[in-house]
Amino acid sequence: MEFFETIILVLQSTVRLSVPLIFAALAGLYSERSGVFDIGLEGKMLAGAFAGASVASLYESAFLGLVGAVVVSMAFALVHAFASITQRGNQIVSGVAINFVAAGATVILGQAWFRQGGRTPPLSSDAKFNAIELPFAAELADVPILGPIYSDLLSGHFALTYFAFALVPFTWWVLFRTRFGLRLRAVGENPAAVDTAGISVVWLRYRAVLCCGALCGFAGAYLSMAISAGFGKNMTAGSGFIALAALIFAKWKPVNVMLACLLFGLLNAMEIRLQGKELPVIGEIPVQFMQALPYILTVILLAGFIGKAIPPKAGGVPYVKER
Amino acid sequence: MAAPYAKLPKWVDYGLLPLINILVAFLISGLVVWLADESPLKAAGLLIKGAFGYGEGIGYTLFYATSFIFTGLSVAIAIHCGLFNIGSEGQAYIGGIGVALACLAFDSTLPWFLVFPIAIVGAAIFGALWAFIPAYLQAKRGSHIVITTIMFNFIAASLMIYLLVDVFKPDGTMAPQTRGFEVGGQLPRLDWLFGIFGIRTGAAPLNVSFILALLSAFIVWAIIWRTRLGYEIRTRGFSPTAAKYAGINEARVIIITMMISGGLAGMMALNPIMGDQHQMQLDFVAGAGFVGIAVALMGRNHPAGIIPAAILFGVLYQGGAEISFEMPNISRDMIVIIQGLVILFAGALENMFRPFIVMIFANLQRSGSSKALEAGE
Repeated sequence: MEFFETIILVLQSTVRLSVPLIFAALAGLYSERSGVFDIGLEGKMLAGAFAGASVASLYESAFLGLVGAVVVSMAFALVHAFASITQRGNQIVSGVAINFVAAGATVILGQAWFRQGGRTPPLSSDAKFNAIELPFAAELADVPILGPIYSDLLSGHFALTYFAFALVPFTWWVLFRTRFGLRLRAVGENPAAVDTAGISVVWLRYRAVLCCGALCGFAGAYLSMAISAGFGKNMTAGSGFIALAALIFAKWKPVNVMLACLLFGLLNAMEIRLQGKELPVIGEIPVQFMQALPYILTVILLAGFIGKAIPPKAGGVPYVKER
Repeated sequence: MAAPYAKLPKWVDYGLLPLINILVAFLISGLVVWLADESPLKAAGLLIKGAFGYGEGIGYTLFYATSFIFTGLSVAIAIHCGLFNIGSEGQAYIGGIGVALACLAFDSTLPWFLVFPIAIVGAAIFGALWAFIPAYLQAKRGSHIVITTIMFNFIAASLMIYLLVDVFKPDGTMAPQTRGFEVGGQLPRLDWLFGIFGIRTGAAPLNVSFILALLSAFIVWAIIWRTRLGYEIRTRGFSPTAAKYAGINEARVIIITMMISGGLAGMMALNPIMGDQHQMQLDFVAGAGFVGIAVALMGRNHPAGIIPAAILFGVLYQGGAEISFEMPNISRDMIVIIQGLVILFAGALENMFRPFIVMIFANLQRSGSSKALEAGE
C-alpha cells in the first residue's frame, strides 16, 4: 500500500509541475503553427509571473493579478509580433531579446517597487489561487484505490490546473475544427496561398502571437500566484525552454503537447523523489542527469532517431508579399 | 509595400544606422532607470566614471571585454554562415574543462607560457566538440541548430554541476570547484603594459588572454575575408542554394564553422579560469556567452565592430558595479535589460529606422541634384 501511495504522490506532483509547461507549450503551439517561432516563452512567463504577483499584492485580488499577468505577457508578445511580423526581423533574435529584457526588468522593477531583493511581497490567501476540493473528496478518501485517486490526484488542484487541461481539447478544436484554426495552420505552412485567398497574413499572425502571449501570462500567473505565493527572481528557471522542448517533442500537436508536458513533469517529479536514493540494479542516478533528460530526449528526437519532428514549413520566415 | 530598400552610403549603413539603434536601446534603458526612481543622467555619469575614471576601472572594463570579444567572435562567425549559435554559453562552459585539465596536469611542473598554449588548445577542442554535435545534427539530419544549441546549454549546465561536484572537487572540501592552480596555471597580469602609459590597473585581473582575444579577432577577420573557407562560409550564409550550386560542400562548411565558433567560445574560459580565479568555479561563464549575441549584433559581425562593442559591454559591467554601489535600486540586472534592448534594436528591429533615413537621404539628394542642375544651366 505504501508503494501505491508513493505513486499517487509522484503523479500528484507530476500534474502540479506540468501545468506551467502545458500553458507555455500550448502558447508556443499557436505562435509556431502560424509560422512565428518563439523562443521568448520563458521571458513572457517571467514577465507574466511578476506582473501577476505585483498586481495581486497591490489590489489583494487573484483575479486582477491574473488579468495583469495576461496583459503584460501579451504586451511582450506584441513587441515580438511587431519585430517579427511588421518589421520582418529575425524571430529568434527577437525572442532572445525578450527573454533578457524580462529577466532584467522583473528584478530591477521588483527591487525598486517593493524593496525585497527582487521578490514581490508574499500574497495573502485572498490574493492567490487556492486549491479546490472536488465534491465528496473528503468522504471518498477512504475508499480503497479509487478513493486516493479521486481525492488526492484529481481533487485538490488549482482552478488554473483544470483550466490548463481543459485548454488541450479546446486548442485541438480551435486548430482543427474552426475556420480560424485552418487559416492559422495554413499561414504557417504556406502564407502565400492564404494571402492569395484574400486573407491578411499579418493580422492572422498577430492574433496567433497574441494568443501565445495570453497563455504565457496564465503560465506565469500559475507560477507566482498558485504554486507559490509571490514572485521570486528568475522563478521560471528554464521552464519556458522545457515547454519549447515539449512542443517540439510533441511535434506541434495539442494532445501530444499535453503528454510531452506530463512526461517532462514526471521526470521532474521523479528527480525530486529519487534525490540521493539508491535504485536496484542501476544504483544512484545523478540528479543532474534527470535534470538534463528532457533536453537530451528533445535533441535525440530532433536528430530524427525516434520519429521525425517537422516544424511548420513557413516557420521562422517573415512573409514578404511581393518583390 | 515591400520595395527593396534604396541604397544608402556606406557610412550610413555601417555607422549611422547602428548608432541610432544603439541610442534608442540606451534611451529606453534610461526610461527603466527612471521607472526605478533614479536619475538616468546621474547613472550615465556613474557608469563612465566607474569604467574610465580610474586605472583599476579601466583594467576591469578590459577584463570583462576580453570574455565578450571571444564570445562575440564566436556568435559572429556562425552568423556569417547563416547559423545562429545561441550555444556559446554552453560551449564556453565546457571549454573550461580543457583549461582546467591543462592547468591541473601541468601547473606545478611547467611555467605559464608553456601551460597557456596547452590550455588554449584544450579550451578550443572542448568548446569545438560541444558545438560539433549540434553542427553535425544540423548538417546531416537537419535539426534546427537554434533549438539544439539551446538544449546543449542546459545539458552543459547539468554536466558541469555533476563534474564539479562529483569529479573535480577535491576530497574534503565543500565548494563545487577545482583546487586552486599553482603558478604554472596563472596567467600574468597586464599591469606592466598599462603602466607604460601611466595607467595603474591595480587589482584588476586584466591578463594576457586580452592579447589573445585581440589576436583571435584578427585571425577571424582573416579567415572570413581572406581565405577560401571564409568565402565558402559567407556564400553559405548569403544563400545556401547558391552555395550548393557553386559546388560548396554545405555539411562540411556548417560543421567547420560551428567548430570554429565553439572553439572561440571555449577560449573565453581562459580569461576567468586562468586569468582571474585560478581555479574552475561553478557558473564561471556568468552569461558572457549570451552577451556575445548582443556584441556580435552590435558589432555587425565584423571583428572591427566586435572589439568596441565588447568594450562597451565591459563598460556596462564595470560601470554597472559602480552604479549599484551608489544606487541600490539599479543592480547588475540592469545590464541584462540593456543587453536585451541592444539585441532587440540592433538585431530584430535593425531596419526599423531605415525607411526614415532613406527618405531623408532621398530628399537631400534631390535638393542636391536640383542645385547641380541649376548650376549646370
